[in-house]
Amino acid sequence: MRLSPVSSPGPWRRLLVTVIALLVAALICAGVFALYGVAPLEAYRSMLGTLGDPVGLSEVVRRSIPLLLIGGGLTLAYRAQFVNIGGEGQLLLGAVGGSGVALFVPPGPWTLPLMFLCGTLLGGLWALIAVWLKVRYRVNEILTTLMLNYVASSLVVYLINGPWKGRNVQGYVYSDLFPGAATLALLPGTQVHQATLVLGVLVVTGLQFVLTRSVFGYQLRVVGENRAAAEYAGIPVGRVMTLAALITGGAAGLAGVGEVAGIHHRLLEPGELSLGYGFTAVIVAWLARGNPLLVLLTAPLLGVILAGGDVLKIDQNMPFRIVDVFSGVMLLCLIVSELFVQNRVRFGPWPRRSYE
Amino acid sequence: MTRIETLAQPGHPDVTSAVLSLRGITKRFPGVTANDQVSLEVYPGEVLGLLGENGAGKSTLISILYGLYQPDEGEILLDGQPANLSSPAQALRRGMGLVPQHPLLVERHTVAENLALGAGSAWQPVRQVTPRILELSRTYGLEVNPAAPVHTLSPGEKQRVEILRALLGGARILILDEPTSVLTPQEVEGLFQIMRELRAGGKSLIFISHKLDEVMEICDRTVVLRRGKVVGGLPIAEASKASLAELMVGRSVSFERRRVTPPPGPLLLSVRGLEARGGRGHLALRGVNFDLHEGEVLGVAGVTGNGQTELVEVLAGLRPVSGGAVSLGGVPLTGDPAQRFAQGVAHIPEDRLHTGTVPTMSVSENLALREYGQLPFSRGGLRNLQAQDEFARRMVERYAVSTPNVQTPSRLLSGGNIQKLILARELTEQVRLILAVHPTYGLDIGATEQVHQELLGCAGRGAGVLLVGEDLDELLSLCDRVVVMLHGQLLGPFDAAQTSRKALGLQMTGGAA
Repeated sequence: MRLSPVSSPGPWRRLLVTVIALLVAALICAGVFALYGVAPLEAYRSMLGTLGDPVGLSEVVRRSIPLLLIGGGLTLAYRAQFVNIGGEGQLLLGAVGGSGVALFVPPGPWTLPLMFLCGTLLGGLWALIAVWLKVRYRVNEILTTLMLNYVASSLVVYLINGPWKGRNVQGYVYSDLFPGAATLALLPGTQVHQATLVLGVLVVTGLQFVLTRSVFGYQLRVVGENRAAAEYAGIPVGRVMTLAALITGGAAGLAGVGEVAGIHHRLLEPGELSLGYGFTAVIVAWLARGNPLLVLLTAPLLGVILAGGDVLKIDQNMPFRIVDVFSGVMLLCLIVSELFVQNRVRFGPWPRRSYE
Repeated sequence: MTRIETLAQPGHPDVTSAVLSLRGITKRFPGVTANDQVSLEVYPGEVLGLLGENGAGKSTLISILYGLYQPDEGEILLDGQPANLSSPAQALRRGMGLVPQHPLLVERHTVAENLALGAGSAWQPVRQVTPRILELSRTYGLEVNPAAPVHTLSPGEKQRVEILRALLGGARILILDEPTSVLTPQEVEGLFQIMRELRAGGKSLIFISHKLDEVMEICDRTVVLRRGKVVGGLPIAEASKASLAELMVGRSVSFERRRVTPPPGPLLLSVRGLEARGGRGHLALRGVNFDLHEGEVLGVAGVTGNGQTELVEVLAGLRPVSGGAVSLGGVPLTGDPAQRFAQGVAHIPEDRLHTGTVPTMSVSENLALREYGQLPFSRGGLRNLQAQDEFARRMVERYAVSTPNVQTPSRLLSGGNIQKLILARELTEQVRLILAVHPTYGLDIGATEQVHQELLGCAGRGAGVLLVGEDLDELLSLCDRVVVMLHGQLLGPFDAAQTSRKALGLQMTGGAA
């Protein structure tokens, strides 16, 4: 068996290989289920069952909202070669920003817009730290964004244990409940905060437009695909990358505000606030191969897995963190699949390579 | 072997004395016949020039001779006997040696260690191979220190190591693939001396080159390939540069100098006491002074690494200045590359693939790399894709860029077409100063001629051209004056009409200083 390069892989090849990679991931996870003593088919049936009933479906949509926002922002960052692994931290900072407004600014009709604004700014600021270090001192952004997740998490823990600890929560560690003006309306009978959902759809659509039709999008793609050419053409590389980082961080911040204003209505433990959306969104963006609009498909797909984790916990008595195993295996398969997108598998003896 | 006699008869009427014969070699690939009924003879003690444009089938033919490909039709005869060259190892055993264009050596190992790889025995290979290296060095004038680590060697020395490797393997027929492309003129002279020694020793050499001056100097005979076919073969005594070029390209090619006395235009670019640091922090430009007039082509010659790259980067706005002054048309030249382009500074970069274009982006988008932010390419921050494609189609036609369409990623284009794309983008109506670095490196004669014509056309319309090159024949034929760069300083300028390749070569190596 050998690989021979495909000169320009088409979209159908990409799709086919991606689907196969997802199937392989499902197969590997089936093995994990079996080892755990759960019948794989049974497990998959309960996971996919979420799509069948209204409650399950609403759970999938609810999980998809933050994935949509963060994943959309990440596709843009990845196109600029700003490898942001800090969606989780940026989401938490967004939640902090939103909570700050909700808890300390007198409530009124301005509360929600101000929360979203503040959350976006803080999320962007969190990414700004990493991009500044990258542009100014060439510090690897994978490390800084990853590490800033822990800083953000500790910041939230500090706030809810210290200055923002609720007055009426007894032994619990979280902030006071937000006033009514700081909470988002839900679709009746669900936990779907539709305002954020609409916002997410608008954001990914807008990002697609920015990427393909705007001058900034053109600059961003040149910077990401050939930095030397960007410098040669006089494109301000640092500025473009900074703006890309602000957008990706801001989108994650938006998601954070959505979570606290839509579901929890208070600032609480990082682990309860987010189910690792910032990390799962990496897979969302990878699956979408850098196209923001495709996130509309890939975010719900990962949403099914997150919602399915809940079901597995209840139906099959599995730990919820099985979703991490799932996401990990999926990401691995997708990374490996890139090899098969770029190369065709051939059987038979090696052909001779031409001289040169 | 009757080598003295064969040397005495350049016409070789006696085919049976050929050491290598190809009879009707045909090799097909999907959609293209790379070699079509190729027949040729190689005799002991001669240098055969194998000529052809890019894509003419030279690489395929080398691959067949070196056992990498099997021909679909035809046969290979060695010493008159049919030979089956099914692998490089077998080709080596039968006496084929290949000296690749870019040396394939382990940089951290010594010369002897590199050569012991494959040639030495299992027990103490380096010690066993060293005396044989020294003996071959003496016989053919291949000076090289077997104990020297390869990374300390010059390109010419590395090439000698590759020749030694072929000879150690017992090669009788040496294929030299564009061996002069990495050498200075003095090193080329040294290589030719070695080739003459090898020829006198009865070896057969197949010399591949685009540079017709070199072919005329070193070859005994030539075989010209065009579109996979042998279109001619002349003893060198009956050939001329013009006739060979015509055979290669399929039409007549002009080698005339463009004009006798350039009319001196007004001062365009003035560089005074320019200093700049290189990538490793050393002073790469140490007080550079020169003037460039409108309509003038100024050549910059020099061995790679003497500050040419830094000079162009400074002028293009890619590298900060640490001292001195540059003015364009009497106004200080400052700003980033985009601002300079707006002032009429075009830049044809050395690395056309990784600096001049974005390989993954389309021809159309690459053509917009300079003016994407202006009308008609965009308005109010939004791109106008129709205008961009429309411009691209015009440019593709005007510059005869061979591409399936303007949406094709530029990485799928050949080197010559990528260079045409860059020219189309850089040489706008408003261009005043053109910084061109090795603009024809690796291009075939047809594309080279077009690049020359475009550059000279701009000069004719009043632009100044700063042409950095390593091919001295090219510099002398295109430029009005030539400066030589040595250790970050300029020597000259020399009037191109009154200097020679040899004189420039001496200046380049500091021989005249």
